[in-house]
Amino acid sequence: MSNLLQIQNIRKTFPGVVALDDISLSIAPGEIHTLLGENGAGKSTLMNVLTGLYRPDRGEILFDGAPIHFNSPRDSLAVGIGMVHQHFMLVPAHTVFENILLALDGVPLLFSKKKYKQQVQTILDDLELDLDLDDPVWKLSIGAQQWIELIKLLARDCRLLILDEPTAVLTPQESARLFEVLTRLRDRGKSILFISHKMREVMELSDRVTVLKKGCSLVTLKRGEYDENRLASLMIGEDQIPMWIKPACKRDQLALEIKNLSVRNTRGRADLDNFNMKLYRGQILGVAGVAGNGQKPLAEVLTGLKEATSGRILAGDKDITNSTARSSYIAGIAHIPEDRKSIGIAPDMTVGDNLIMKNFNSKLFRRWIFQDRAAIRKNATAKIDQFAIKAGPDGNPVRYLSGGNIQKVIIARELSEKPAVLVALYPTRGLDIGSAEYVHKVIIDGANQGMSTILISEDLDELLKLSDEIVVMFRGRLVGCVDPQETTREEIGLLMSGEVQT
Amino acid sequence: MKLITEKRELSSQLFRFIAPIISVLVALFVAGFLLQAAGVNPAQAYFEILQEALGSTYGLSETLVKTTPLIFASLGVSLAFRMQIWNIGAEGQIYMGACGASGVALFSGIESHPVMITAMFLAAFLCGGLWAGVAGILRARWRVNEVIVTLLMNYIAILGVDYLIYGPWKDPKGYNFPLTAQFSDAARLTEYFDTRFHSGFFLALFCALVLYLFMERTVWGYEIKVIGSNPKAARYAGMRTGLAIFAVLFLSGAIAGIAGFGEVAGLQHRLQHGISPGYGYTAIIIAWLAKRSALGVVIVSFLMGVLLVGGDSLQLTWQLPVAFVYAFQGLILFFLLASDFFIHNRLKLVKGDHHA
Ligand SMILES: Nc1ncnc2c1ncn2[C@@H]1O[C@H](COP(=O)(O)OP(=O)(O)OP(=O)(O)O)[C@@H](O)[C@H]1O
Ligand SMILES: [Mg+2]
Repeated sequence: MSNLLQIQNIRKTFPGVVALDDISLSIAPGEIHTLLGENGAGKSTLMNVLTGLYRPDRGEILFDGAPIHFNSPRDSLAVGIGMVHQHFMLVPAHTVFENILLALDGVPLLFSKKKYKQQVQTILDDLELDLDLDDPVWKLSIGAQQWIELIKLLARDCRLLILDEPTAVLTPQESARLFEVLTRLRDRGKSILFISHKMREVMELSDRVTVLKKGCSLVTLKRGEYDENRLASLMIGEDQIPMWIKPACKRDQLALEIKNLSVRNTRGRADLDNFNMKLYRGQILGVAGVAGNGQKPLAEVLTGLKEATSGRILAGDKDITNSTARSSYIAGIAHIPEDRKSIGIAPDMTVGDNLIMKNFNSKLFRRWIFQDRAAIRKNATAKIDQFAIKAGPDGNPVRYLSGGNIQKVIIARELSEKPAVLVALYPTRGLDIGSAEYVHKVIIDGANQGMSTILISEDLDELLKLSDEIVVMFRGRLVGCVDPQETTREEIGLLMSGEVQT
Repeated sequence: MKLITEKRELSSQLFRFIAPIISVLVALFVAGFLLQAAGVNPAQAYFEILQEALGSTYGLSETLVKTTPLIFASLGVSLAFRMQIWNIGAEGQIYMGACGASGVALFSGIESHPVMITAMFLAAFLCGGLWAGVAGILRARWRVNEVIVTLLMNYIAILGVDYLIYGPWKDPKGYNFPLTAQFSDAARLTEYFDTRFHSGFFLALFCALVLYLFMERTVWGYEIKVIGSNPKAARYAGMRTGLAIFAVLFLSGAIAGIAGFGEVAGLQHRLQHGISPGYGYTAIIIAWLAKRSALGVVIVSFLMGVLLVGGDSLQLTWQLPVAFVYAFQGLILFFLLASDFFIHNRLKLVKGDHHA
């Protein structure tokens, strides 16, 4: 079988960093090939080389047996390599159809709208996707937006589809649906290059897996040659996965109480609808729910980024609903936001500067009006070491870090001040298994010392493993509250779909 | 075959350094044709410019005299740039600063030199700052675009100063010229070497140093950088971005205002029509070319000073029209901006069948 794509001895360096050292890899027609590797191993960089965003320093890429040199993503699209980026590039005010149309080349100025629409609709029907072509994109969930990205590539008849951590933003149900479609596309001869940190998905989907480590392709294994443990040990090597034990929460001291809280969004719809919740000192409260059912607004009200329309938030016996009363309290709330790149970091500043963003004003890092550069540097070294952040050369701006490492910078910063309350949205999304375990350990350690955590996650395994109690949200309301020791994935799934209530 | 542009992922330090130098040389080369066409020997003209701007005590002093207000105004503009705030109103802020300083000089009656100078300085600082602060409040409160506000307020400031010098502040003994009375000696900065070169230049250098320390070492500089890099993250981290916008625009205008102080206290010794021949606009270009660095501002301001003085001499010695001088300066700017493009991109010839 001849290969669709063959990569030989690719090397790519950035100033002070060898991102790709020596990568060789091949992709056959009609296979799903997964890339696996620690945060910063070079997966995204490799994808960007394949789509022409970066030029490799060395090495060869053969597509259909012929060597290719790309100057821009347009070149790679022209030969049939398309990528779904993690940050979508859709025009929110346009309709689904218009967005897809924008991606097509050679649409004549006076085109027959009907004909093209028919063509796109055929693709949708074929994949049994339920999308209305006339809906504006801003109305759609992130999952639906990702479908559009994929359809854009299919409408251009791409032969190699690259997906960089597509499931990081999807609910389990949406992921399952994506896999169905990907499998079907594979069976029709499309090749798919796929990145994920979630073992369960890798096992389920891949025909072959290539493990990257520190910029080198370590090994490629066929289905049947690997299992979860084998892959994990290949990836992490001798590094140890941290161990932890979770004590039961005593529920004696109330940390936070939310009473009949409602929040309306700018479009007048209720983001939170009469929401009630209690959080105890040292408790880890899991919040399950399909994304977009009020989790983000909940986090934003608690951390002072949004105002409540009605209802009350009590901390102990203090009413902190209104933001002036809350501001002093908010200092003690750590927040791992969902939208990391857009609100979590100052991309042009160094890792060290980003690590002190929340407490730059504290005596620790300040002498009178001057910053204590030595202390800031020391803090950076300590945090980089503690969280195993691949930070690159000294003074490297955060924007050059890999997705997972940016995430680690935010977590390291938020957990550094011994917060009373942690509001964490999808904290381990995009982290490799070792790092995810480490973050779990930090959360548990915090809980042992009295930190209360609201853990918002779609990863049921994570919720079941960490939480003392799991509440389920649906359309801004609390529809269920279960004990992780006794519940099942199915029960939570049903609650999340809004079909039952407890 | 066709020509395409291609993004450079990284450009060597050396190239970054020599690109602007090459671009100035290219500009000189192209302008050479214009000079030739005007019947002037380019080599001789360029020699003349250097000779005039740097070759004598007088020339050098004139260059530094022009450099001084450029440094102040550009420092102000570049401070706002750091926070992604576009202060296009340095020109108006210079006028307001000059106006404030003149008001104190003319009407306060202070006799002590240090007290007088300090009071004038503070008045210029406040007037420039408040002038820009208006745009700051509008922007922070109602999200009114600061570019429009600062730009339009230039006209108000310039015409406002005109009103004063044609009206209430006009020197009664001035034969009806649009200027105020001369300042008393207490209100004049020290001049050196029998030239117009005055101590404002050292104040400008000091100001650059202070601003550098402010940005790179203080907590406020840090805040400005975070807000400039990502305002959403700044708000999420609990920074008061609205207050910062006002403060930065105020400071930006205040520093530009000091340029006005330097012009009236060091040079003109009175308020008159056209005290700034567009320093505030040149400052935008300087701030842009200097990227984010205070040292860069000083260097680029000096080069602009050379161009201004040398350009004037072209006009005098060769009877070239003033438009020619502008064209010459424009060419240099054009190629400097182009060099910026080539630092980040490269041109490449490709065969016609290449996918692009
Ligand atoms: N534009 C860039 N400039 C400098 N360094 C970069 C750049 N892009 C990536 N790097 C570095 O290259 C290395 C590999 O990054 P890459 O984004 O490919 O990792 P990754 O495998 O995708 O990790 P993750 O799982 O965290 O997304 C990292 O150390 C990163 O800091
Ligand atoms: Mg990545």
